[in-house]
Amino acid sequence: MSILVDKNTRVLVQGITGKEGSYHAEACKAYGTQVVAGVTPGKGGTDFEGIPVFNTVKDAVQETRADVALIFVPPPFAADAIMESADAEVPLIICITEGIPLMDMMRVKRFLAGKPVRLIGPNCPGIITPGECKIGIMPGFIHKKGHVGVVSRSGTLTYEAVLQLTQLGLGQSTCIGIGGDPVNGTNFIDVLEMFEKDGETEAIVMIGEIGGDAEEAAAEYISKNVSKPVVAFIAGMTAPPGRRMGHAGAIISGGKGTAADKMAALESAGVTVVKNPALIGETIQKRLKK
Amino acid sequence: MNIHEYQAKALFAKYQIPVPKGGVAFSAEEAVAVAKTLDSAICVVKAQIHAGGRGKAGGVKLAKTRNEVRPLANEILGKVLVTPQTGPEGKETKKLLIEEGADIQNELYLSLVADRASGSVVIIASTEGGMEIEEVAEATPEKIIRCLVDPVFGFQAYQGRSVAFQMGLPKEVIGQFVKLLGNLYRLFTEKNAMQIEINPLIITGDNRLIALDAKVGFDDSALFKHPDINELRDLDEEDPLETRAAQHGLNYVKLDGKIGCMVNGAGLAMSTMDVIKLAGSEPANFLDVGGGASKETVRQAFQILLDDPNVKGVFVNIFGGIVRCERIAGGIIEAAKEVSLNVPLVVRLEGTNAIEAKALLAASDIELIVADTLWDGAQKVVAAVS
Repeated sequence: MSILVDKNTRVLVQGITGKEGSYHAEACKAYGTQVVAGVTPGKGGTDFEGIPVFNTVKDAVQETRADVALIFVPPPFAADAIMESADAEVPLIICITEGIPLMDMMRVKRFLAGKPVRLIGPNCPGIITPGECKIGIMPGFIHKKGHVGVVSRSGTLTYEAVLQLTQLGLGQSTCIGIGGDPVNGTNFIDVLEMFEKDGETEAIVMIGEIGGDAEEAAAEYISKNVSKPVVAFIAGMTAPPGRRMGHAGAIISGGKGTAADKMAALESAGVTVVKNPALIGETIQKRLKK
Repeated sequence: MNIHEYQAKALFAKYQIPVPKGGVAFSAEEAVAVAKTLDSAICVVKAQIHAGGRGKAGGVKLAKTRNEVRPLANEILGKVLVTPQTGPEGKETKKLLIEEGADIQNELYLSLVADRASGSVVIIASTEGGMEIEEVAEATPEKIIRCLVDPVFGFQAYQGRSVAFQMGLPKEVIGQFVKLLGNLYRLFTEKNAMQIEINPLIITGDNRLIALDAKVGFDDSALFKHPDINELRDLDEEDPLETRAAQHGLNYVKLDGKIGCMVNGAGLAMSTMDVIKLAGSEPANFLDVGGGASKETVRQAFQILLDDPNVKGVFVNIFGGIVRCERIAGGIIEAAKEVSLNVPLVVRLEGTNAIEAKALLAASDIELIVADTLWDGAQKVVAAVS
């Protein structure tokens, strides 16, 4: 078991003929993911490295029974791409694109409400169930199949945590990047709920960062609903207020969203908070031995 | 991206949001000329810098007669204002806004911001205008009124009335208030704002609403849709190193410490700053070279780090996922040769082809310290500068 995706998952890639899309579609396929379709309007009927390309998501789903959409469409058109997949009722939509206008994302979120779909991202590395499928831009080889669930707002910082786990012999059930944008499709609570229910997941690594109050909300959820050990790290302890730290969502505004507040909230919810990100792996190991 | 008060007020005027009559001045002469066009003899001379808290720092003065405008303009122009938002080094005032004095009966607070959790715009209003809204929220949270606007249906008049009644506004201004909110919301959505704040929004003696201040920030990701807004950017308000970094596609934020960092990915870049602090020093910057770091971006990044005179050591922390480490290593070797590297350099490369990368670095004649892990790197760079 794992959450959301496994070896049976069938992926379609929106923007498969673009620079990013083509590179990563191949890398996902090389990892063993079933990449069954590509979508590039106007290039329907052609193929990309043996993967059939369609004009619309609806056509691709009808022909290939794809159940995950992976989006590499440039920012001005990404919101439209998400809505196209949602309209075709692709159950899981993963948007890698960084830099989608916030107002576009607000409309997308409203568009998705009530539809039988889940969006992960945007501005995220994607999702991987090690040994089964990789749907995103993360380096597959640092992962190892196992029992630690990883959920994060960041990309490379997640790789850092995953590598520590793998080097200690601790594999991962599923790793999900929920993205660094202020408005996203899936939040910490959604993923924590799935990890709690997943029989394969024994412990959870949660990586947050400054800005917003998603970590505080997650802390409250954990205190009431999560029985598995959770180890958390919050990036941005040294970030100055009022400055955006790379991610659109990583900003302390009006004194809210500081790393200290988030760490305190998580600690009071029984989460083991590490101040040094180099200790994430060791700390999970200790929590699992208890 | 933030803009000046005078620019925000010009935008307000375009959206029929009432603002005091006034104009921008770059010299005392221009200030006097603007004052002559105003209907009232009393006018306000306001420093135009992006940071808030100008009043307390001496950047906002009242001229009781037109004769006082010139000396006040001379006093404020060129003055370095230090406010809680400028940092200790302050900001030099290069332009002024000269405005008519207003007959203030009541000061209100009004803002529109993007609410992350709900994914919609939220109206925040309070009768406690003229104060820091964070302080109001802390001391008297019941005086903060919030109203979410549906991003598809947009602002509805009933929402404006509801906010107005909750604030206890006099009935003479309720119609104006609802109209003003509708116009603000239109400005917010049409121009992809992130935040619009009016503090204070005043009620005059003759029951008119006027936006006495105006603060507008825009969504950087949406600037491609609005060349007119992009033109309002004032590079004087930005750190020159940050401007240069942005031109090269680098995400750079200057800080006050002495360890320069070069990292790929925003989360890892923030964490690298954090571990430098844990190791006993302070980071000089946030720098994300992005996923596609090439030799050229690495070279530019080095140059920017080294142009900060505070930097006494550099820590390169790259987790190669997509980026292959040996390419980064090649970039570092070439860049280090081109820019005269006169501070200790610690390099940690992990991920794709890290072993080959380390061999490349070891074989080069660049003086550098190789680190194995994030923590090892942080400790080594801190030790090297102390």
